Amino acid sequence: MSIEIKTVAIEPLRHTYSHIRRRFGDKPASRYQEASFDIEARTNFHYRPLYQPDKELNDPTRTAVRMADWYKVSDPRQYYYNSYVQARARQQENVEHSFDFCERRRLLENLDPALRRQVVLLLLPLRHAELGANMNNSSIVADGTATSLTQMHMFQCVDRQGIAQYLTRLGLLLDGGDTTLLAEGKRLWLEEPAWQGLRRYVEDTLVVRDWFELSLAQNLVSDGLLYPLLFVRFDEQLVRQGGGQISLLTEFMRQWFSEGQRWIDGMVKTVAAESAENRELLQGWIDHWQTRALAALAPLAELGPGRDALEAVAGEFAARLKKIGLTAGAAA
Amino acid sequence: MSTKKLNQKEKYRCMTRDLDWEPSYQTKEGIYPFERFEGIRITDWDKWEDPFRLTMDAYWKYQAEKEKKLYAIFDAFAQNDSQTKISDARYVNALKIFLCAVTPVEYQAYQGFARVGRHFGGVGARLACQIQAIDELRHVQTQIHAMSHYNKHFNGLHDFAHMHDRVWFLSVPKSFFDDARSAGPFEFLTAISFSFEYVLTNLLFVPFMSGAAHNGDMATVTFGFSSQSDEARHMTLGLEVVKFLLEQHEDNVPIIQRWIDKWFWRGYRLLTVVGTMMDYMLPNKVMSWAEAWEMYFEQAGGALFKDLERYGIRPPKYVEQTTVGKQHISHQAWSIFYQHSQATNFHTWIPSDTELDWMSAKYPDSFDRIYRPRYQYWRDQQVKGERFYNQNLPMLCQVCQLSLSFTEPDDDTRLSHRSLIHQGERFHFCSDGCHDIFRHEPEKYLQARLPVHEILKGNCGGSNVEEVVRDYYHITSSEESFEYLGSPEHRRWQQWKNDEPKPDGDLPKVI
Repeated sequence: MSIEIKTVAIEPLRHTYSHIRRRFGDKPASRYQEASFDIEARTNFHYRPLYQPDKELNDPTRTAVRMADWYKVSDPRQYYYNSYVQARARQQENVEHSFDFCERRRLLENLDPALRRQVVLLLLPLRHAELGANMNNSSIVADGTATSLTQMHMFQCVDRQGIAQYLTRLGLLLDGGDTTLLAEGKRLWLEEPAWQGLRRYVEDTLVVRDWFELSLAQNLVSDGLLYPLLFVRFDEQLVRQGGGQISLLTEFMRQWFSEGQRWIDGMVKTVAAESAENRELLQGWIDHWQTRALAALAPLAELGPGRDALEAVAGEFAARLKKIGLTAGAAA
Repeated sequence: MSTKKLNQKEKYRCMTRDLDWEPSYQTKEGIYPFERFEGIRITDWDKWEDPFRLTMDAYWKYQAEKEKKLYAIFDAFAQNDSQTKISDARYVNALKIFLCAVTPVEYQAYQGFARVGRHFGGVGARLACQIQAIDELRHVQTQIHAMSHYNKHFNGLHDFAHMHDRVWFLSVPKSFFDDARSAGPFEFLTAISFSFEYVLTNLLFVPFMSGAAHNGDMATVTFGFSSQSDEARHMTLGLEVVKFLLEQHEDNVPIIQRWIDKWFWRGYRLLTVVGTMMDYMLPNKVMSWAEAWEMYFEQAGGALFKDLERYGIRPPKYVEQTTVGKQHISHQAWSIFYQHSQATNFHTWIPSDTELDWMSAKYPDSFDRIYRPRYQYWRDQQVKGERFYNQNLPMLCQVCQLSLSFTEPDDDTRLSHRSLIHQGERFHFCSDGCHDIFRHEPEKYLQARLPVHEILKGNCGGSNVEEVVRDYYHITSSEESFEYLGSPEHRRWQQWKNDEPKPDGDLPKVI
């Protein structure tokens, strides 16, 4: 039996905003839809940017890629601000629990010195790579077109602040609260030959002006090879050698990477499917950055999970590209 | 192993500043190409004081808690049809202005802060700006969701982004933010973080959010409470930015002073629209625009500029004109909207007798002498069935894009009009402030896309106002424009309130 509360129904004039109706039809819309589509200014800009007088504000020609409608790119996770922070708040609770657990049980103190050295060598310098990723995604938000696309990069941008900070906490905890290991990580980033390929890659992306190329170089290619290598393969190696407690503190990065692949693949697939020109452009950029990323990661693979691991990662990445309608080209 | 405890400041430094490094494969000029052209000199980014210490995990946690509470209220508001519980349907016109004028500029703030969040050479400043960028995205989206239910039951909200790009009076906020966002990174921050967020934000926030509280609008006021702590962060950033720039190099002082002069005047003109909303669209008044200006600018701003004196900064140029203007601008702008409401997405009306008396009391020096007789005349016309609409298109100021309807600072019976000739063409301005802004950057402001000019040039999809309003603005004027009394919205409200005493009891009956 059901209980029925009597209310006075007021007939609405309309189901949703007009721009949402034009896009999705005359029916009630989701919060994701109302928050993400057709709200960015498109026309009648008053002044050209002093820093880039050949472009308008919100100029879609800040990338060479052409889309009739950039809002075709949407988020399979349907993240808008609210759903995004709810998801991350839940995750951060778990991370907090893990850090707390490791700290209380002094789990990192018993870590084998050789493994500790490996963690310093292969994970702590990534704090800086994450800052580069953070800057690149902020740049894409500034230059990119369409809320449904730029907000994913906004979330990606601040996620990288978060990851850099989790790595920092890992370094501090590993150091009994001191900062010498962080300093050592930074020294490696700046001086250690094995890291110079990646540092050069990061610095070179910081001067890429085409925002879609930048998203490919950062979010598809670099992350797509580096995360599986250093947060999955290297992690497996650590676990095998008895360093599973580190795994607890990097679980966020694995979850985050696997979640992120969905929107990145969706975006790349949609843009490549728009035209042969787009596909060719994307393929060229991917080939270029993939060759460089694999070269940059090779010495890091040598230091840790091994050359085979990198080959396996490259193979998985090629399969991923194939799934979204592109190829791994000559690099793999 | 000993456990060392870093203090909060040191820990935060590790979490933020220490992430940065000196690049060697690319130059700093290549990585930060826009840091020099404005003439601002930064000698040491390390001197930047973090305006707040917020790591991402804490941000996720606090923001998620605030969001959860906020959306619970939105749901309850919709479920209970709480739009019928507001003070009066006239109030919703304030929301129409808010969603069409404010929400899209919050979006521009999101884009603008992402840009400076990438392009400042100092990592502390970058990260703080990125947090503000995502906050601004939050405000855009929560505002859209707060208004979503109103949009189902009222007109004028349904195509806010489309209208923001096109409707004549919305070029005032649009051009304001286009101006800031097309400037360099340091001017953007001085304009938005300091001049707007720090100096003037209370004059935007208090009228709308307190207005919502006083008029039974639970959805909007809850948004207001929920974004308060975000706004506090943004204000702190604004003050830190300006102090940092002033402390970095003495050459920065005259540049910052000019920006403060410009953006104060730009902001003052923009807020005219808010003042009008506050005095005329809130059936339950919060305070008058003049009182708000006194409290939030003259008192708070006075103390601020006293504090900035030691850096060689003086109060903004023409500030004395605002002391005169506060008695007038809300009435002058309401008159603009009243006469041109055949082309607005909201309704206008002559205030009730009680409201007119309230304004007489709040504006003793100007209201009875100038504005009340005007309204009396218009009301008489309306009662005779000749509700006044001005069929001419107004002349707009080249800088602020409001119509030339303000009076001289020293003579409130004469219209203020300035002009100058630039490269053989004459440009017109509403005030000395706007005139000076143009004179300093003519190449920028001659690009301004004045809505009236564009209509006359035939660039707005129609040969007359009716077509422009319908086809280009997407405004259904029979539903959304013109006089409030007798409008479909008024009638619907009366239906909802059938059994209750009429809140608009003393409005003239001229339907």
